[in-house]
Amino acid sequence: MSGSSIKTSKLHVKRGAPGEAERYDDFEVPYEDGMSVLDALCWIRSHLDSTLAIRYSCINANACKTCMALVNGTVEYTCIAKLTPNALTVEPLPKRPLIRDLVTDILPEDEKL
Amino acid sequence: MNSELDGDREFPMAHLSTDVLIVGAGGAGMYAAIAAAREGASVLLLDKGQVGRGGATIMAQMTVAVALGEQEPDSSQLHFQDTLNAGRGLCNEELSLLLCDDGPKRIREMERWGTRWAREDGHIKQEMAPGHSVKRCCYVDFLNTGPAVAATLRRKVSEIAAVRRVSNLSVIEIFVRDGRAIGALALDLVSGQFISIQAQAVILAAGGLTKLFARNSASANMGGEAYALALWAGAELIDMEFVQFFPIGHLAPRLVGMDPIMWDPFRYKLGGKLLNGRFEEFIDRYGSTDFGKYNVMRDIAAYAILKEVEAGRGTAHGGAYLDFRHIPEAQLRGAFGPVIDRLLANGIDLTKTAVEVGPMAHYHMGGVRVDAHMQSRVEGLYAAGEAVGGANGANRLSGNAITEAFVFGERAGAHAGEKVRRLESHWHDDVARESVERFSNLRNAHSTGTTTPIAVQAELQQLMWKKAGPFRTGEKLNTALERIVQMQRELSGLRIGAQGQFNLDLQDWFELRAMLTTAEAVVQSALARSESRGAHQREDFPAPDDSLLKNQVLELKDGELSARWLAPVRLTQQ
Repeated sequence: MSGSSIKTSKLHVKRGAPGEAERYDDFEVPYEDGMSVLDALCWIRSHLDSTLAIRYSCINANACKTCMALVNGTVEYTCIAKLTPNALTVEPLPKRPLIRDLVTDILPEDEKL
Repeated sequence: MNSELDGDREFPMAHLSTDVLIVGAGGAGMYAAIAAAREGASVLLLDKGQVGRGGATIMAQMTVAVALGEQEPDSSQLHFQDTLNAGRGLCNEELSLLLCDDGPKRIREMERWGTRWAREDGHIKQEMAPGHSVKRCCYVDFLNTGPAVAATLRRKVSEIAAVRRVSNLSVIEIFVRDGRAIGALALDLVSGQFISIQAQAVILAAGGLTKLFARNSASANMGGEAYALALWAGAELIDMEFVQFFPIGHLAPRLVGMDPIMWDPFRYKLGGKLLNGRFEEFIDRYGSTDFGKYNVMRDIAAYAILKEVEAGRGTAHGGAYLDFRHIPEAQLRGAFGPVIDRLLANGIDLTKTAVEVGPMAHYHMGGVRVDAHMQSRVEGLYAAGEAVGGANGANRLSGNAITEAFVFGERAGAHAGEKVRRLESHWHDDVARESVERFSNLRNAHSTGTTTPIAVQAELQQLMWKKAGPFRTGEKLNTALERIVQMQRELSGLRIGAQGQFNLDLQDWFELRAMLTTAEAVVQSALARSESRGAHQREDFPAPDDSLLKNQVLELKDGELSARWLAPVRLTQQ
């Protein structure tokens, strides 16, 4: 660890919409014990890149079950997946149709337009 | 006519048509959908998040107040009296009585539909809660009431063919023609397209405004849209100054998967000590006692915690400690079973760590001014649940929020569903066309700004927390109002990304636009009420003023908020 009193975490995030070239963006966010991956993604939207597409509804209750993504290759609810001071890779769910960035089509068929 | 996308219309957007449009799919919206369909109406049930998974209901892990009389003798009249006492003279008694009278019917109906209320010795178990004169509050174990009732309602609405559900559709404007609500304009987040919706009646069930405040205890999507949509459509709002702040919401360590107000039953059942940042008892410095009883009044607890923080004796996250370390683990587990494991999964061991708590925005007593049919003064525009103002006066009794979601949802749905059978369509394409023309160029026009809508939302939340939070002064409120008006002017210069699908900038922008209107309504009402009553506390006017024993009613006149004072609705002698 460096001598800095502010700990940070690095996120390697897959971006893009269907048909676009594959690309990853790297973000550095302030890290505090207990933070979730969703906390970090929201922080990125507020402070670094508001165009990052993410999906969540209840934010921290693990009740809406809509914030799933691949975190280091494992399917996780990002609201309860803990952030770590190390680098994390976050990608959209691989078996669902991609909408954009981390958002995939997970809605039941009868809840869509 | 059922709701089908119609791409062949002359104006350049997709179109849906329904009898009853419901905005917001939490407890009130879902109940309204069921009730409207029972009347034979087709229903379009929308949520900007996912149907049945956002809003306040799903986060409500606590209890539901209803006079079932299962635990001990009770009556809706007694529940009504307790509700009026909590409301400090400002309740709309007609609405309060409806809430108390219909509550038991809805709770039993929910049980028939599959909600498993906690039972004991063959009856529904009811607990005591602050402000109730008898054991009245039922629940689903363990701290699972909201998720359980949301699941029951989700299943129920999914079984009704006449109810069409659509997720990720944000309603951004209600169409009004000749004083009648005829539909709405919505943004489809997934495609980035506007959708026009034709309806015979519209029910606003997207109440709650906790997102206006930096510290809040509900879902992240409650920006107070129902209130802004109602104002813009020509309806009136009532009691907007009365935001309920919960005194001991969870601040730290980071806790996910739990309702931030979960500590209340812990404190009552087990006895938790409230300590300042130096681990000292402090409630006795503020004219009350707590030690050994753990029952200090909520307003005193909130005041004492914030005053300790102001004096530099707060905790690291700006609150107080809630300490259970004197309670043996077996006793903790006996009372809260699996919840103890959920806390451990968050790294919180109550036998070793005191948690940090403090006041946070929790609920809104104010809302749309409606009649006993839940209809606003705009014909065909209804409200349900937390979007309704008046039933709880200046302060809500604990447990009345879910009751109100079910009761007012059912009433709004039934009345709207019944009414649309008698109505001829008043739709005209021009209304939708004018509305969409105002917004269609948003993405192109906003490509050059530097500040994003979400950054302004964050600033507004800090502003409202610091200047219009639990303890207010005229000076602070004026500062807030000035900045809110500036932010409204800055809306047109904010940056919105060009991306088409799932453009959250665009959704944030519309949300911020509504948040600013609602915030202005809260601050203006709080400024005008120069007294302290219930949840509205003015440090510059610390006592109640009986000449202000009236409700404040807001409307838009030529685009400006205009207020008048009305005597509360009282029941005539029965």
